[in-house]
Amino acid sequence: MHLKKLALSAAAASVVGLSASQAVAQDTLFVPLFTYRTGPFANSGIPIANGMHDYFNMLNARDGGIGGVKLAIQECETGYKNEKGVECYDSVKSKNPLVITPYSTGITLALIPKASVDRIPVFSMAYGLSASAVGADFPWIFNPPATYWDGMSIVLKYIAGKEGGFANLKGKKIGYIYFDGGYGLEPIPLLDQFAKEYGFSVTKYPVPPAQMQNQSGLWLSVRRDRPDWMVMWGWGAMNPTAVQEAAKTGYPMDRFIGVWWSGSEDDARPAGAGAKGYLSLNFNAVGAGYPAIKDIEKYVIAKGNSQTPKGTVGDNFYNRGVMNSAVIAEAIRNAQRITHKKVVNGADVRRGLETLKISDERWKQLGLPGFAAAIQVTCQDHNGHHSAYVQQWDGTKWVKVSDWISPMKEKVLPLLYGAANDYVSKNQPWPKRTEACDDKTL
Amino acid sequence: MTHLLYGIFIDPFVQMGAAPDLLVQTLWEGLVSGVLYALIALGFVLIFKASGVFNFAQGIMVVFSALTLVGLNEHGVPAYLALALTIAVMLVLAFAVERVILRPLVNQPDIILFMATFGLTYFLIGLGELIFGGDPKVMISDQLQLPSGSYRIPIFGGYLQMQKIDVAATIIASLMVAALAVLFNRTRIGRALRAVADSHKAALSVGISLEQIWVIVWFAAGIVALATGIMWGARSNVSFALEIIALKALPVLILGGFTSIPGAIIGGIIIGVGEKIGEFYWGPLLGSGIESWFAYVIALVFLLFRPQGLFGERIIERL
Amino acid sequence: MLYREVGQYKTSYGADQALFPILQDRIGITVILLFAFVGVPLTASSFTLDSVLIPVLVLSLAATGLNLLTGFTGLLSLGTGGFMGVGAFACYKLTTFFPNVNIIVLILCSGFFAAAVGTVFGLPSLRIKGFYLAVATLAAQFFLSWCFIRIPWLYNYNVSASIEVPTKTLLGIPVTGPTASPVTRYLIVLSIVALLTLVAANLVRGRIGRTWMAVRDMDLAAQLIGIRLYQTKLLAFAVSSFYCGVAGAMMVFLWLGNAESESFNINQSFLILFMVIIGGLGSLLGSFLGAALIWGLPIVLRAAPAFFGLRIQSATAEQASFVIVGALIIFFLIVEPHGLARLWQIGKQKLRVWPFPY
Repeated sequence: MHLKKLALSAAAASVVGLSASQAVAQDTLFVPLFTYRTGPFANSGIPIANGMHDYFNMLNARDGGIGGVKLAIQECETGYKNEKGVECYDSVKSKNPLVITPYSTGITLALIPKASVDRIPVFSMAYGLSASAVGADFPWIFNPPATYWDGMSIVLKYIAGKEGGFANLKGKKIGYIYFDGGYGLEPIPLLDQFAKEYGFSVTKYPVPPAQMQNQSGLWLSVRRDRPDWMVMWGWGAMNPTAVQEAAKTGYPMDRFIGVWWSGSEDDARPAGAGAKGYLSLNFNAVGAGYPAIKDIEKYVIAKGNSQTPKGTVGDNFYNRGVMNSAVIAEAIRNAQRITHKKVVNGADVRRGLETLKISDERWKQLGLPGFAAAIQVTCQDHNGHHSAYVQQWDGTKWVKVSDWISPMKEKVLPLLYGAANDYVSKNQPWPKRTEACDDKTL
Repeated sequence: MTHLLYGIFIDPFVQMGAAPDLLVQTLWEGLVSGVLYALIALGFVLIFKASGVFNFAQGIMVVFSALTLVGLNEHGVPAYLALALTIAVMLVLAFAVERVILRPLVNQPDIILFMATFGLTYFLIGLGELIFGGDPKVMISDQLQLPSGSYRIPIFGGYLQMQKIDVAATIIASLMVAALAVLFNRTRIGRALRAVADSHKAALSVGISLEQIWVIVWFAAGIVALATGIMWGARSNVSFALEIIALKALPVLILGGFTSIPGAIIGGIIIGVGEKIGEFYWGPLLGSGIESWFAYVIALVFLLFRPQGLFGERIIERL
Repeated sequence: MLYREVGQYKTSYGADQALFPILQDRIGITVILLFAFVGVPLTASSFTLDSVLIPVLVLSLAATGLNLLTGFTGLLSLGTGGFMGVGAFACYKLTTFFPNVNIIVLILCSGFFAAAVGTVFGLPSLRIKGFYLAVATLAAQFFLSWCFIRIPWLYNYNVSASIEVPTKTLLGIPVTGPTASPVTRYLIVLSIVALLTLVAANLVRGRIGRTWMAVRDMDLAAQLIGIRLYQTKLLAFAVSSFYCGVAGAMMVFLWLGNAESESFNINQSFLILFMVIIGGLGSLLGSFLGAALIWGLPIVLRAAPAFFGLRIQSATAEQASFVIVGALIIFFLIVEPHGLARLWQIGKQKLRVWPFPY
């Protein structure tokens, strides 16, 4: 009796499972969002997911979509895990997605070889594989506005500025605390090269994913080594713990600078007053006083169509998500313009991304004046190597404390081309670029 | 090669001598984390002593209890009421575990019960995330009036920094151990617990209710888990990453023995201190990050020479 | 009535000891294999192949490995993830050193490296038993995880510490890398898994398997009748790690296409352990059933609400699957501690006497 029930229910479940698939309407623009609202990286992933989702919902509610075609948004939970990301990709790739945003360097690396075969562009905004900026080798991967190497050069420029010039870097000690994975390991070659060139020493402090919340031993080593500056490449639970530990051991916060992924309010707030002075890079604006964000509040949040908790609209990572979606929306508009179609597909959006040009005037038209630096993508340069600024935590909010600093392109570009060649040679046979170039730079 | 030998045998001690304040600081950090590991191990020992079950879910109970506390507070419940409610939740959990897991599996081999606690772990992870959300949360230290800030004691030319919350954790842990020792040795319930630990059948035959004892012991372990969760959550955030740190309690149990409360404390301190000293002085030689496996290697070496741990009962194999 | 063995006489010891002595069993396994090799590639969608069948096959091979160690020899091991990783990285290095050798040969060879590492970490098993051995294998797991990221030689000094799979061909058809079609990869995975399971089935039914089970049941008595404990246990570790290593190599080369240290962490070990527990300790069929259930359940759970028209967040479905898997583990342990395989056995038993109750 028992057995029969079990067998019947198992059979029913399997029928349901294997035949189910979420149908997507024919005349929509399907954008899957790979997000993580669970797991140790959720504190970073949730506001970004909210920002991305809300902006698209706002476009649907306010403008009826893009070019009159509604957007179909579907979140897929990856938990920042590679296998889940690949599974999400497999489940959406047959539904004509326009672009993939993995929001994880690990997942991006896994998807890079598949993107060109499946003809779906991957938009990894300021993360992923830095070398994918080389459009000739990676026609389907885009990572504006800046790569990790650009970010590291901007950090070093800021530090040099504070020390009175690059010459004064000689003999100084820079500590590099980083997430022990692809994301944190990537900037190291540039850092080592700069160390050799300018004469400073680098002490590396890796944080394994399992030890993200247990950094007291690491910061004790920092206390022993006494570096002049600390640079952080952290994500998820690693960030707030690092800031807390730094405050506890009394490391001077105004010499502790994190990359743009270590700059959420939730990273600095838990340390309380001790976090005052903590620096981070940023390439988007903070705050809710922009017409587009006000539109989000009016058309989406007021209508109850959002998961965003009260008071987090305008936070740094929320705005980061908004910027992500705004760039994708521009790329879709571009694609519609180039192909004269309303319902575009992945290959069209690739062309749209490759001809992306968002000037300051255009940001204003989008309702985000001065929100971010102007972005320009070309066939040859899928990144643009644009500027970022430095912001400082004043105890309650982020305050911009520097101008827009441009990266050291002359140092970064050779490394970039070298890394791209390395990747291509190690992954033979790597398909040669066959996609035509719309702006004649290739 | 000589560089390597120098790095292993001479350099760390040179460093220890050169900066004795850092050595004391490392020892203190090791002591604090050791005490926290010991608290988790204490929960294991309680349950193992009384019901013979190796409760793999102790780690997730730490996280779950802390999450409940913080989650209730987030929804507007004042701190001390939330604390009382959380204790009630742990009692309900103890009842539920006894009824759903222990009673139906009463005569099964230990490995089955061990795996049932695996299932409990997954269940609590999912339930915790469903109810309270998956993002890391901040412990409500202020509302609970836990001390914050630190003492800075000048010593050996440098300074020793002790977080007040760490001092409080050490004191609370010692009080808890003392209370448990009193419970086990001086009360009627404690005698019943020891009787059940010795032999279920004999305990039944003198009229001790196994179910009651199990509920009591899982509840006690739940309280210990809550205390650990509060302490650990106050030092860093409350998130599911704590569950993996709880695996560190296994080496502690190896060292201290599975059935000894003082063993759990001493084992915890040895592992905590050993881990921190190893990471600080020998870590950079190997590329650092060795904290993730050093404790297990210490336990492994220990196992090869004294399998029952420092205080455990000798393992006698009966045919 | 259907499953009657009446009339099937064996006339040689060989026939009597065959793997599938009953005709109905032989027909059944032939049908299943035909369906798997021919039917599925013709009918299944690319998503089913990529995200359901290939993972289930790869994970069931790893579960078979763990089952050989924990289910048949009674040595609890929490280091499965680490051994899978050893196989994966070994295969990667082998493709770097021998780029022209057939990839299947390399996948099978990488198992030997995993076996060597497994033997080393199995050395404490003579002095340590039960839960204590689990702690020793935990040391192996964490140490190997650390090695995968700290030894840059393993990932060819790649800046992101991850390994990308090069495209390899077999008879001109790409089998690994992004251009390999799911059908090709599925057939190769299926062939390797079928072959290795056949080997495992014969191992388990032979002298070696019996020594393992003797050690599991009562090792003192096993020693008394002359079984050499140390060699038996080490062999169990070696064979189990071989299977886990091959599974790890297949996971990277034929399923994911890339991997990093985090792909082989402690959670992977727990996942495989759950599969073995639910499927049934000591049963090869159990490894497959457990893998299918544990991997397939979250997929069903994620697809089910949409099928019924409910909109549930993807994150909620993820968390609900944790709750259900946990509850299922407890449920199975209470209802049937020997797992799904035992349920299958009971089913077969009932079939043999059907329509009579006993």
